[in-house]
Amino acid sequence: MSDFPWLSVLIALPVVGAVLVSVIPREREALVKQVALGVSVLVAVLAGIMAAGFDAGGPRFQFEERYWWIREFGIHWALGVDGVSLTLILLSVILVPLVILGSWGEADRSGGVDVPPKRSVKTYFALLLSLEATMIGVFAATDVFVFYVFFEALLIPMYFIIGSYGGAQRSYAAVKFLLYSLFGGLLMLVAVIWLYPLSAKPAAEGGLGQGTFLFTELSKLDIDPTTAKWLFLGFFIAFAIKAPMAPVHTWLPDAAQQSPAPALVLLVGVLDKVGTYGMLRFCLELFPGAARWATPVVIVFAVASIIYGAILAIGQVDMKRLVAYTSISHFGFIVLGIFAMTSQAQSGAALYMVNHGFATGALFLVVGFMIVRRRSARIADYGGMQKVAPVLAGSFLIAGLSSLSLPGLAPFVSEFLVIVGTYTRYQWAAIASVIAVVLAAVYILWMYQRTMGGPAAPAVEGLKDLSVREKWVIAPILAIIVAMGFFPQPVLHVINPSVNETLARVDQRDPAPDVTGNVAENGARP
Amino acid sequence: MKAEGIQAASWLLIALPLAGAAILLLGGRRTDRWGHLLGVAMSVASFAVGVAMFAQMLGYAADERRRTLHLWDFIDVGAFKVGMDLLVDPLSISFVLLITGVGSLIHIYSIGYMAEDPDRRRFFAYLNLFVAAMLLLVLGDNFLVMFIGWEGVGLASYLLIGFWQFKPTAATAAKKAFVVNRVGDMGLIIAIALIFATFGTIEYGAVLGTGAEHAGLASQLSTGTATAIGLLLLLGACGKSAQLPLQSWLLDAMEGPTPVSALIHAATMVTAGVYLIVRAGPIFEMSETAQLVVTIVGAATLLFGAIIGCAKDDIKKALAGSTMSQIGYMTLAAGLGKAGYVFAIAHLIAHGFFKAGLFLGAGSVMHGMKDDVNMRHYGALRSVMMITYATFGLGYLAIIGFPGLSGWFTKEGIIEAAFDKGGTSGAVLGACALLGAGITAYYMSRVMFMTFFGEKRWADDVHPHESPKIMTVPLILLAVGSLAAGGFLILGGFAHFLEPVVGTPEKEHHFALITPTGAVSLVLMVAGAAIAWRQYGSRKVPREAPKGSFVTVAARKDLYGDALNESLLMRPGQWLTRLAVWFDGRGVDGLVNGTAAGIGGTSGRLRRVQTGFARSYALSMTFGAALVVAALLVVNVS
Repeated sequence: MSDFPWLSVLIALPVVGAVLVSVIPREREALVKQVALGVSVLVAVLAGIMAAGFDAGGPRFQFEERYWWIREFGIHWALGVDGVSLTLILLSVILVPLVILGSWGEADRSGGVDVPPKRSVKTYFALLLSLEATMIGVFAATDVFVFYVFFEALLIPMYFIIGSYGGAQRSYAAVKFLLYSLFGGLLMLVAVIWLYPLSAKPAAEGGLGQGTFLFTELSKLDIDPTTAKWLFLGFFIAFAIKAPMAPVHTWLPDAAQQSPAPALVLLVGVLDKVGTYGMLRFCLELFPGAARWATPVVIVFAVASIIYGAILAIGQVDMKRLVAYTSISHFGFIVLGIFAMTSQAQSGAALYMVNHGFATGALFLVVGFMIVRRRSARIADYGGMQKVAPVLAGSFLIAGLSSLSLPGLAPFVSEFLVIVGTYTRYQWAAIASVIAVVLAAVYILWMYQRTMGGPAAPAVEGLKDLSVREKWVIAPILAIIVAMGFFPQPVLHVINPSVNETLARVDQRDPAPDVTGNVAENGARP
Repeated sequence: MKAEGIQAASWLLIALPLAGAAILLLGGRRTDRWGHLLGVAMSVASFAVGVAMFAQMLGYAADERRRTLHLWDFIDVGAFKVGMDLLVDPLSISFVLLITGVGSLIHIYSIGYMAEDPDRRRFFAYLNLFVAAMLLLVLGDNFLVMFIGWEGVGLASYLLIGFWQFKPTAATAAKKAFVVNRVGDMGLIIAIALIFATFGTIEYGAVLGTGAEHAGLASQLSTGTATAIGLLLLLGACGKSAQLPLQSWLLDAMEGPTPVSALIHAATMVTAGVYLIVRAGPIFEMSETAQLVVTIVGAATLLFGAIIGCAKDDIKKALAGSTMSQIGYMTLAAGLGKAGYVFAIAHLIAHGFFKAGLFLGAGSVMHGMKDDVNMRHYGALRSVMMITYATFGLGYLAIIGFPGLSGWFTKEGIIEAAFDKGGTSGAVLGACALLGAGITAYYMSRVMFMTFFGEKRWADDVHPHESPKIMTVPLILLAVGSLAAGGFLILGGFAHFLEPVVGTPEKEHHFALITPTGAVSLVLMVAGAAIAWRQYGSRKVPREAPKGSFVTVAARKDLYGDALNESLLMRPGQWLTRLAVWFDGRGVDGLVNGTAAGIGGTSGRLRRVQTGFARSYALSMTFGAALVVAALLVVNVS
């Protein structure tokens, strides 16, 4: 079985599904949905089988495939997964069927305040499936050029989903999303292409003697420090826009406000992770020296994002914008964990990417359920929902509590690991970031209180509680959040070896504990 | 040593109520009919397991009573290895019995109290959830597992304070409790990080030691680090135990149903901070500064809470002020180190009985008074609710330290230990504790007299009546505890029982019937009660509250704790949030958009791109692809 091209098949299947969906006659909406759901479930099952065969103690990249793609430019169609990318692929393939099921009645009535003109249902599902293919591709690519292609290709389906199925300001939001991403992508493209001549240099000059884009080869490069810093920046800025970090984050709240809520699960839950994943994989491993050089500045920006995002989340009046800002805060934690460069912080960050996907996914799904009922994402349009729809309110509360990192739910483990791991090296960054613990309680519980608490508002009277279909959408995701809150070790077990490889590449060891040393006074530890 | 026998099943303690909560919440309305019975059964079963474990422990020699149970590997990253581990030792078992024992009585009482509530099932689910979380808190064998339970009780408290979510005041109070607790949690999280950075482990055994000698890694701590860890832990403790400066949430927490106030906001959850300080004693013992701050916080809070208790006309809020004050005593004792630990825990357990009894008694009164909480509308209730009167009376005598009752044994111990500390600080702390005892006698007598004595002041349409048996039986059992628990603990060798965990005090405490401090506190107690009698017993109590002196006005407003929070934190916070939202929209977004527009030529071009987005996207794709190929060609050629 090991020769079976698992990853290529996983990428191809949703594409086939998308084609299938688009040839179905448009009046057969039910069939469209069933086919889309069927394909996505099949992909999830296959990915699960593949993951079961992953050996955490084995070689770093597994299920590798390598074929020449464009030999003239040294480009391979090279795929493979390590622990980090495997868990992110699993996140994607679990979320997509839930999003499809969650969009069942959504595709033609978007999530915005104003209902846009009726759009093609089957195109929406075809777009979701093509998005899935590019998501798997971007995490599976082990050729930097292929990664770049998927990185850009991701934009296309998402752009059309926002632009065609979004709210009143959808065009503005879609173009803003596109321009930001394209700008970042352009910088990265320059850096990617630059790698080629560097690798073509003879070994004596730090090159490989042959031009290539293979990640495993490129990570052996010995790039001169100045060039490395420029290349690092090219990659980093692209990823910082994607992830997004303050101050290049403003596209996300706009995109979030205008997107249909189920699609946001994928935009914020998975697509944005490409940014943090890219930092961990490419910024650190291709340019270890430059990454260490940039660390202090990056940590300052990460902490700023954590607090700034949280404060802004408190001030939002639109639920989708609010969750978007909470994500900016959470991405700050992920970046902090990556650049603290200790095993706890980095494993925590890698785990956080997965956990945040589920937690925010759950939150957006429930917000989507609310919008379908009340046709508004504004907090002020709700009130007293707990009395009217207790199951919906309960799901909202659990999703919210996971977003504020309540112990016992998945995100806590990752956030705690990031804080502990950061503390052992950068105490003040850890201490500053902990303020978010309080701010998170404020933004989540205040939103909950205003939408669910109090007497039932006249506008929500008579709204229905979750349907059976909606329960099937939200239950698995909440179950995963609880399970991973108490049993994170199986996932950490898969992630740890990859993180250790990254740390070895950037040449960082965990600071040793120190009982007698006066930690509180030194600031920095030996 | 590994847990054996029934102790090897100590996970059942937590699993039973947790299963109860899960069944009731997931089962939905189907479980409405029998949900409350299941909730009670799970709590009682947990108590039974606890008793069996306790009996087994008594069979072991004193130095073999520390038993651990590894359930599964929780987190294992680099040097950070944390198991889902439980610790059964004399300290944790004491809490287990208190939590499940008093908890079960409150479960039973709630069957009657919540009988009319359409959401009674959900109430029992939350109660079960609380018991499970609190047990995890005290049974965890490392700081992280403890913290999971810690936040779990925070969640349960949030759910129960806000149980009547449709009341905006309840929703606000619940949120406030959670947020203020989270401020404390910041300290706890950093403390755990610092403990890991310092010791390379967060296991109790390694850090705190496994015996009375407290010979863990903590004994090698430098003073600076010990102070830092101690103060951070104290911040966490202040949040959960409503100690200054994080006290403000407790009075609002009375928005929850009364059994919740009894269980969570008096008998158990709020004592978690005291547990933490006693458990982490070996760390505090390495820093005199940290210990001193703990005692100061305790002494200040015990007076603060007592003063608030004097001015409240709401019976629950008067008791809440009292809770704050009594926990202040425990915190003070915990800060005294080995000399005080036993009294801190003994007072905690005794308080668990009499305060639960008092709160449930208050609930019984409210039950008969159409949920009116204003004591000015009570009066002369002793004739119509005999059992409530008698049990409340015993709780009252216990809390004011009437000789021979529970509170007398434990509180006297704290006052004496404070004076024994010696020096100026000992004298001041002891004086505060004595003064507090006098004020306690005053405000509790006030509650007693306003409620049960004097003339009836209730309206004609109110017909006070005794509560049903399902409520009075728990009251009677708790009254027995109020009567005997303190004496049983202090005379029955509790100090000896706890010694393997909390260590041996330098000076052994000998119980004496009368001591100089005991005599003073007796005089103060009588004086406090006498003043209260003059004001509220012998005189007519007006139905409307008089204006009162500036002290009374301040105490009614919780000594301006909320006003301070509001002007110092909330308003600036709101202002900052608004500023940030404005800045993000105009400043950041405007700047970036402006730059983009500048690079792209004019903003008009941006708008043009927006119009035909599909077409323009296709165009830019083609252009981009061409660019990529061209660049690759150039690179390849060179």
